[in-house]
Amino acid sequence: MSAIAAEKKLARRTVERGSNGERTKDLLFRSALLLCLLVAVAFLGALAVTTLSDGVGRLSGEFLTGEPSRLRTDSFGIRPALIGTLYLMVLVAAFIVPVGVASAIYLEEYADGTKWWNRAIETNIQNLASVPSVVYGILGLAFIVRGPVDIFGLGVGQPTLLAGALTLGLLVLPVVIIVSREAIRAVPPSIREGSLALGATQWQTIWKQTLPGALPGIATGVILALSRAIGETAPLILVGAVANLRFNPEIDGPFSALPALILSAVGEPKPEFQSIAAAAIIVLLVILLLMNSVAILLRNRYETKW
Amino acid sequence: MSTPHDPSQTTPVADPTDPRTPAPASVRLAAAPAAAAAPKEMAYRLKDVEVHYGDVKAVQGVTFDLAQNEITAFIGPSGCGKSTLIRCLNRMNDLVPSARVGGQVLYHGQDLYGDDIDAVQVRKVIGMVFQKPNPFPKSIYDNIAFGPRVLGRKKGMDEIVETALRRASLWDEVKDRLKTNAFGMSGGQQQRLCIARALAVEPDVILMDEPCSALDPISTAAIEDLMLELKERYTIAIVTHNMQQAARVSDRTAFFTVAKSDDGKRIGELVEFNPTEKVFSNPDDERTEQYVTGKFG
Repeated sequence: MSAIAAEKKLARRTVERGSNGERTKDLLFRSALLLCLLVAVAFLGALAVTTLSDGVGRLSGEFLTGEPSRLRTDSFGIRPALIGTLYLMVLVAAFIVPVGVASAIYLEEYADGTKWWNRAIETNIQNLASVPSVVYGILGLAFIVRGPVDIFGLGVGQPTLLAGALTLGLLVLPVVIIVSREAIRAVPPSIREGSLALGATQWQTIWKQTLPGALPGIATGVILALSRAIGETAPLILVGAVANLRFNPEIDGPFSALPALILSAVGEPKPEFQSIAAAAIIVLLVILLLMNSVAILLRNRYETKW
Repeated sequence: MSTPHDPSQTTPVADPTDPRTPAPASVRLAAAPAAAAAPKEMAYRLKDVEVHYGDVKAVQGVTFDLAQNEITAFIGPSGCGKSTLIRCLNRMNDLVPSARVGGQVLYHGQDLYGDDIDAVQVRKVIGMVFQKPNPFPKSIYDNIAFGPRVLGRKKGMDEIVETALRRASLWDEVKDRLKTNAFGMSGGQQQRLCIARALAVEPDVILMDEPCSALDPISTAAIEDLMLELKERYTIAIVTHNMQQAARVSDRTAFFTVAKSDDGKRIGELVEFNPTEKVFSNPDDERTEQYVTGKFG
């Protein structure tokens, strides 16, 4: 009898009013979060504004198509560096797409995760993704530019475009592998089962079902990796990018790239070079923003909703 | 009882007295001698089949035969190994690296786990439909055409697609939107698409692993009707949790249950295999009776 009464009482409990203290805490916490965000945005905004105001006046057709010159700063142009950067982008992509995607397919579809060597490879790839880029620069210098690894007989003992591209490729390869693996893993196992149950081989299943399903994710990851690669400076300097190259780079010859040019311009004593650096930064930023927009577009347009 | 072994190390089964056991170059030997086309021709003979996942034994001691052009239902409580077992019938268990199959799975006399048998070839002859509809993220047409294409067919694809969709009673519903994405279909249509997809590679057997568990009653009824039509041409095995479904569609029923071994491990085993009528009206085993009358499970 009393138990039933107690139950009835419980069922009729009124809702407590929220305490003011709790609400204040909530508000404070939210404000702190917003403040942190604002600090980051404010710095970025200030950087963008000063760069734009310094560099916009410099931007012209001549700036994009001319050659760099220490003496005639009025007609200073970035063409060799710009071409070098675009060239690097293509070469890095040609290197990382097949190697990265193939590695990801092996690790996701073939590797037996219970074997210690496969786990060791996985752990190492995760770690490699966070190795500082300057270390990759040293690696490139030692093993690609000067080293025993002479690819196609091109560029041993020389700081060539190919050597730069391979170094940047190695730098972003772990990222590409990780992103591609995630994209492949996002294809549900039921799709593979469905394909295999129809008598398709594992290779047919990967090539015709898994990879097409993972492609938007892989493409997005590759583009983001590329945009990181072409923004890198330290490895390029180490493998010998020339800041003020006066002719167009060749695959097996000396090369330049925008980050190298920007770094050198910032260090110049002449005041004109500050605006040159700012203008070159704007060009690099536009390229990066374009690439990232393509990545977002790809993701939104082609991503499969399973 | 034979010891569990790796599928690739199975001892080859060659019964010289059995005329249906030729030296197998490929799995496709479904074309049994015409003389043997008696009504009770057996498609499968299972002998002491057991499945291990790593060190854990999931099913043991399963021995029964599946007749051709009949529907055999596998019923039993969760964990009794009926899904595990149906996946042995077309070697889908190969996809689980730790799975090992022991005993013999004979398909028209040929050991599916024999040395010279390629799982890919097995699956061309023995199709499968899964619990959750799993259409490919492609058009309806390409979903059907995928199987024939990977088998190397190029000509007459329109006809193959139409035939498969007609056999799955889906043609009239989708003939005007063959090029639209299969994800836009209802769940029941998707499942019938998966059945049509399996039919398009012209298998001899269709295995269905709880094909209706994700569907509403109307779609379920459509698929049950379809199964009764399909058994004229195909041998069908179906795993189901729905006892009414087993009673409605199947000719024979295998009842599995979970047994406790001496050391307290739970292992699935076959309790009873009989014509469906008998299983649901007058089963041999008490446990079957309790299960089909809803007293346990």
